[in-house]
Amino acid sequence: MIFRAKIREIFSNGLWKQNSSLVQTLGLCPLLAVTTNIVNGAMLSLATILVAGLASFSVSGLRRLIPREIRIPIFIMIAATLVTLIDQCMASFFSGIHNVLGIFIPLIITNCIVLARIEAFAAKNGPLLSFLDGVSTGAGMLWTLVLLGGMRELLGNGTLFSGIESVLPAFSEFRILPESWPGFLLFTLPPGAFILLAFMIAGKNWLAARHAGQAPSQNSANC
Amino acid sequence: MISGGAFQTALRSAAILAAFTAVSAVALSGFHIWTRPMIETSLRAKKTSAIAEVLPASLYDNDLFCDIFDPESIPEYPPNAPAAVYRARKGGKPAALVVETAANDGYGGKIGLLIGLRADGTLIGVRVTEHHETPGLGDYIDLKKDKNRKRPWITQFDGLSLDNPPEREWKVKKDGGRFDSVAGATISPRAVVKAVRNTLKFVARHRDALYDEKNVREEKGKRCDAPR
Repeated sequence: MIFRAKIREIFSNGLWKQNSSLVQTLGLCPLLAVTTNIVNGAMLSLATILVAGLASFSVSGLRRLIPREIRIPIFIMIAATLVTLIDQCMASFFSGIHNVLGIFIPLIITNCIVLARIEAFAAKNGPLLSFLDGVSTGAGMLWTLVLLGGMRELLGNGTLFSGIESVLPAFSEFRILPESWPGFLLFTLPPGAFILLAFMIAGKNWLAARHAGQAPSQNSANC
Repeated sequence: MISGGAFQTALRSAAILAAFTAVSAVALSGFHIWTRPMIETSLRAKKTSAIAEVLPASLYDNDLFCDIFDPESIPEYPPNAPAAVYRARKGGKPAALVVETAANDGYGGKIGLLIGLRADGTLIGVRVTEHHETPGLGDYIDLKKDKNRKRPWITQFDGLSLDNPPEREWKVKKDGGRFDSVAGATISPRAVVKAVRNTLKFVARHRDALYDEKNVREEKGKRCDAPR
């Protein structure tokens, strides 16, 4: 039962309370670059779920072999090796998906979420919980990036799910606003992502404050 | 003096780090050797389908990947010249070239291009293979992103050559040339027009060398017949 409570806590932290994009504000660089539409945001998040889950799992399994003083270089090496292996694996067995996801996978190495979860969680917990922690962190990123990508796409282009045909060939993009929508270029460019992200963070803080009936908590430092 | 204990710890850490590095290196190189042929096959398939867009299969009967031009056969090969030139032949006669090149002056940096041209110098077609132009603005140079489905921007090159239009008109209309562009997004089309024009000039200048069967690039570990 304690185990189940722990899993619930992991997911509530990953999806909401410690959401990597909205609360920890980690990995903003790929976030801003990629969320021009829903599909790209979802793809980066799926790749992160995969990498964060597996990296946390491997580090946790090896954690008793890693001396404290040199843990960071070893963590980075494990994560980088894994990313490369996953990338090559996908390129050879799922080349269709790799054509779509391929550019996002090397990006994950520049994302400090993976290292942050290894250091904060996997180095102190068992492999299964660590795997779930990585997955839940990525899942928190998934809904955030889908929402952000959706807003940017809608305001910038008047469409939703543009680019879906490269992932699911049976589907095509939805045009929500009329063809005559001039497009709001600002939201297509990174500054628009910053502005919308700020609204999302404010909204989340407002909800959290209303829920708890107290002042919003401070965000942790960015990296 | 380093105390014995600290030295021992440092040595132990170094050994562990070295062991992790060695395991990673072995895993990476093993994986690389194992997956390389498969990755090459899928890259080849991707390139084949890209080439098919600028070179109809009916125009040639040779294996393009075994007939890539060797840049070293042109002395002082210009640095901005094509990255690769595939020679298409029919019945051993020159039929067409597929030129892989890039425009380095796009709004978002490099624009990768694939240009197909017949032996008489007319363009079969041009495609953008890679770009970082502003989404929804300059990205109409990419056929997939062009909102004008009836007459996509990139198709206006079809059938043109270096003297049709005359060379001084190989510019966007805004610069006094012949080519359309969308108002407010002229940097991307300007870069593409310039790169296509430069490719046509390059091909015109080196036509004989480009088609010469002797100037074939050595492909390492490839199953191609040795050039006669």
